[in-house]
Amino acid sequence: EGRGSGPVGSAVEDGGPPAQERVLFPPTFSVSEIKNKQRRHFMFLRWKQQQRKEKLAAKKKRRKEREALGDKAPPKAIPKTIENQRVYDETTVDPNDEEVAFDEATDEFAPYFNRQTVPKILITTSDRPRGRTVRFCEQLSTVIPNSHVYYRRGLALKRIIPQCIARDFTDLIVINEDRKIPNGLVLSHLPDGPTAHFRMSSVRLRKEIKRKGKEPTEHVPEVILNNFTTRLGHSVGRMFAALFPHDPQFIGRQVATFHNQRDYIFFRFHRYIFKSEKKVGIQELGPRFTLKLRSLQKGTFDSKFGEYEWIHKRREMDTSRRKFHL
Amino acid sequence: SPQVVWDTLGNRQFCSYKITTKTQNFCRNEYNITGLCNRSSCPLANSQYATVREEKGRCYLYMKTIERAAFPRRLWERVLLSKNYEKALEEIDENLIYWPRFIRHKCKQRFTKITQYLIRIRKLTLKRQRKIVPLRRKIERREKRREEKALVAAQLDNAIEKELLERLKQHTYGDIYNFPIHAFDKALQQQEAESESESDAEKEEEEEEEDMDQREFVEADDSDLSDFEDMDKLETSSEEEQEEEEEVEKKASHSKSKGKTPLKGPARRKRPYIEIEYEEETEPSTKTKAA
Repeated sequence: EGRGSGPVGSAVEDGGPPAQERVLFPPTFSVSEIKNKQRRHFMFLRWKQQQRKEKLAAKKKRRKEREALGDKAPPKAIPKTIENQRVYDETTVDPNDEEVAFDEATDEFAPYFNRQTVPKILITTSDRPRGRTVRFCEQLSTVIPNSHVYYRRGLALKRIIPQCIARDFTDLIVINEDRKIPNGLVLSHLPDGPTAHFRMSSVRLRKEIKRKGKEPTEHVPEVILNNFTTRLGHSVGRMFAALFPHDPQFIGRQVATFHNQRDYIFFRFHRYIFKSEKKVGIQELGPRFTLKLRSLQKGTFDSKFGEYEWIHKRREMDTSRRKFHL
Repeated sequence: SPQVVWDTLGNRQFCSYKITTKTQNFCRNEYNITGLCNRSSCPLANSQYATVREEKGRCYLYMKTIERAAFPRRLWERVLLSKNYEKALEEIDENLIYWPRFIRHKCKQRFTKITQYLIRIRKLTLKRQRKIVPLRRKIERREKRREEKALVAAQLDNAIEKELLERLKQHTYGDIYNFPIHAFDKALQQQEAESESESDAEKEEEEEEEDMDQREFVEADDSDLSDFEDMDKLETSSEEEQEEEEEVEKKASHSKSKGKTPLKGPARRKRPYIEIEYEEETEPSTKTKAA
């Protein structure tokens, strides 16, 4: 039985909601055609409830069927996640790819991975850093072994770089600041290595982290790089790996993690302890921040004449919600 | 006449160039020499007046005389000043010869200030400028939201723990961590199967495992009561003896450990770990190898 003609049908009831019996809307009826807002809202809620009931009934039915079948039931469907639905990137690195392995053996990080160079990092900021940035730099230098913080007083980066190379630094980190909070990171591998420019967000200093442990010690931490799948991701991952000395000191039980998820790189610094063979406890020390890659440049930092390997072009690259580049 | 002009505009009636603040009056007129609203600085109330203004980096001297008061288009006479500072000052003097001292002095002052700020502009443009980029609000919000969702999806703690356990399994840590539990399980099961009857073997295996799990708690119980030296003896003695002792007291210790664990959970966890380290001290060679 229908409920009377479409838009006028709701004239039957005003005010209080009637009993929740099974209501059948005539097929041409659409809730959005009712002009009166109150009634339309009411009809919409009723429609929603009906949908929910139907869904619940369908679920129950499916569950019963599944139980009835027992072992012969088809396997449960995997829920769709953004990671599942990710658009396949053709530059995804296959672990056995020889070409990639060859490339990586001969690129700028080869001396690091062949243990010919020891990383030495210079951390600096943009002009006139505020307190928060200064403290962040200090904490970052405790996290990364063999790193030094120097303040810039109006010096141009292009002039700093040759000096750094002369003094045997392997990497340069510049933390850009805006309105008293750090918001950008430029990571440059020095002897003409690639330069990556990141946008930095949600920076938490040590005192803002809850349940943190004691200060990070001088031991060389381990490094975990998660989810760097594409070629671009691989090169960025190697850049991060090149910041830390090759041989971690396991006595220190510290681990620095760069976890890539949907193009956001989360950095965490933990101390771990193995409670048993299957359980490990971790305690967060150290600052935390998230990075988003903005551009990757072939040579050292040069904004005008540099050769860009990858720039994040918003109009082209942000069109699909399932497409990620790292 | 200028006096009348001043009486009306300056003092009583409205002047559109005048800006009043709590302490002072300013004059917004572009030809004003000092910028204040005074009887001597008002370009409208003085029929003989001069200013220095700069355009595109060059300074000009503007002059107004009574003779041209009737011709507004030709009212202000403009003279280009030389780029050389001293020469320009001389030119000002030359042009304003026989003019009131106040105007001459103020013109030169203003010219000095202008050259100073022009120099500063030129110096600053050589240095690096901060590029100000406008933020798009919608995009900022979208990025923030996506970051939060990515954080939730990442499940960082789990990922890190998994990775660490993987590394432990792959023996990247070498011999530092001695977790013989699995090995012990197997070894003990084998021994139990050999020494006891088969019918009881399965039962006792299960009991073994229970004991394994509670083994740590039970030992901690003992360490609470006894000395460290006693613990030494307990540890250095074979595990089998211990386990046989504990089997008898299993039920009693069962309830004990159950009662105790909720109180001292984390503290107790550390005890077994320390014990293991203590064991290692008796084998210094392996530790140095690993390090």
